[in-house]
Amino acid sequence: MSVEVRVPSMLQKFTGGEKIVHIEAADIGELLANLEAAHPGIGEQLMEPGADGAQLRRFVNVFLNDEDIRFLDGMSTATSDGDVLAILPALAGGAR
Amino acid sequence: MTTAVEAPPVRYQSLIETIGNTPLVRLGGMSPAEDASIWVKLEGQNPTGSVKDRIALAMLDAAAADGSLQPGQTILEPTSGNTGLSIAMIGSLRGHPVRCVMPESVSVERRDLLSFFGAEVILSPGELGSNGAVRMAQEIYAEDPSVFMPMQYENAANPGAHYRATGPEILRDCPEITHFVAGLGTGGTLTGVGRFLKEHDPQIRIVAAAPHPGDLVQGLRSLDEGYIPPVLDESVLDGRIVIDSRTSFAVTKQLLEREGIFAGISAGAAIRAAQRITERAHQQGQPAHVVVLLADGGWKYLSTRLWARDYDDIAADETIEGKIWW
Repeated sequence: MSVEVRVPSMLQKFTGGEKIVHIEAADIGELLANLEAAHPGIGEQLMEPGADGAQLRRFVNVFLNDEDIRFLDGMSTATSDGDVLAILPALAGGAR
Repeated sequence: MTTAVEAPPVRYQSLIETIGNTPLVRLGGMSPAEDASIWVKLEGQNPTGSVKDRIALAMLDAAAADGSLQPGQTILEPTSGNTGLSIAMIGSLRGHPVRCVMPESVSVERRDLLSFFGAEVILSPGELGSNGAVRMAQEIYAEDPSVFMPMQYENAANPGAHYRATGPEILRDCPEITHFVAGLGTGGTLTGVGRFLKEHDPQIRIVAAAPHPGDLVQGLRSLDEGYIPPVLDESVLDGRIVIDSRTSFAVTKQLLEREGIFAGISAGAAIRAAQRITERAHQQGQPAHVVVLLADGGWKYLSTRLWARDYDDIAADETIEGKIWW
């Protein structure tokens, strides 16, 4: 399963400046592990140790096909060929 | 049809009393068929044209009641427009000077309107977005603590207003509701309405439509500079869908063309999220009756020329992604 990963600007130093990388994985946990293997150092920016193994850092949102994985099956969320994964920081909204 | 005599009187002692009780309208052309409906709650019909009238009133009432806001005291708030207008209107009626910190990237009508309503406008760096406005307001407050800062991102009266009024209005007008969708800003609407609806029926799903931050991400040096508003209770949420600005633009334009509803740009994001929900429910053979809160009207976005542009032009414009639209 090849997933298109959209890398935010502050993490592109880990991907040699690439905005988009392709990673093979069957679920999100495997995807993030393979992302770290391909681009060492990026995993630490996204993940931290948690009670049930590695978990996303608080200010990191990961969207699979525009849906936040925290509300899907988290790290176990299955991925399919052609899926798009976006890594985005949590931000305050706009027109307040 | 209710006759004029049977309808309740529509007479108020002050503009402030007209806040809330906004209409809920079913989408026709943009609603899916069979066993699914999308209803929109038109918060643009509040007196200053947005949902923020509700929380501004709740925050100022709470502060006046507990003594943290004194008569004549200046009010300072980071806002990219709507909340500032609401506070400025209520402040002017109640005798409070109002200062607003807003990103310089917001539309000119917002700056103008705030000054017309009597507020002083302080601009923060556009590339830092709302986060930058929040930070600058906190710095000003640290130097001059004599001002009162409601801080909608942290103020419990923000979700409280939606728990007490917006949520009950929705349930009264759409008792068959299965999902509630709103744009994610402070998180006050989703948290307050979500808590109320889940107390009534835990099966009701609460879904956030989040703006894609686009180029704004470039203003951050690391992911640790992100911000989660303290009023947002993420445990209330059942889903969060990110919608890019071009999609928000296109759906907001469709909303006027197909439904006659002239709404702000976050409306497009929230309706697109609702359409995804109804599409999925249809695939799963489930009913879906989705209430979508439309936070404001389109008036404050006229300078974007959104409604004058064709869809191909919107799709091709790369500058749309780099600004705050809502």
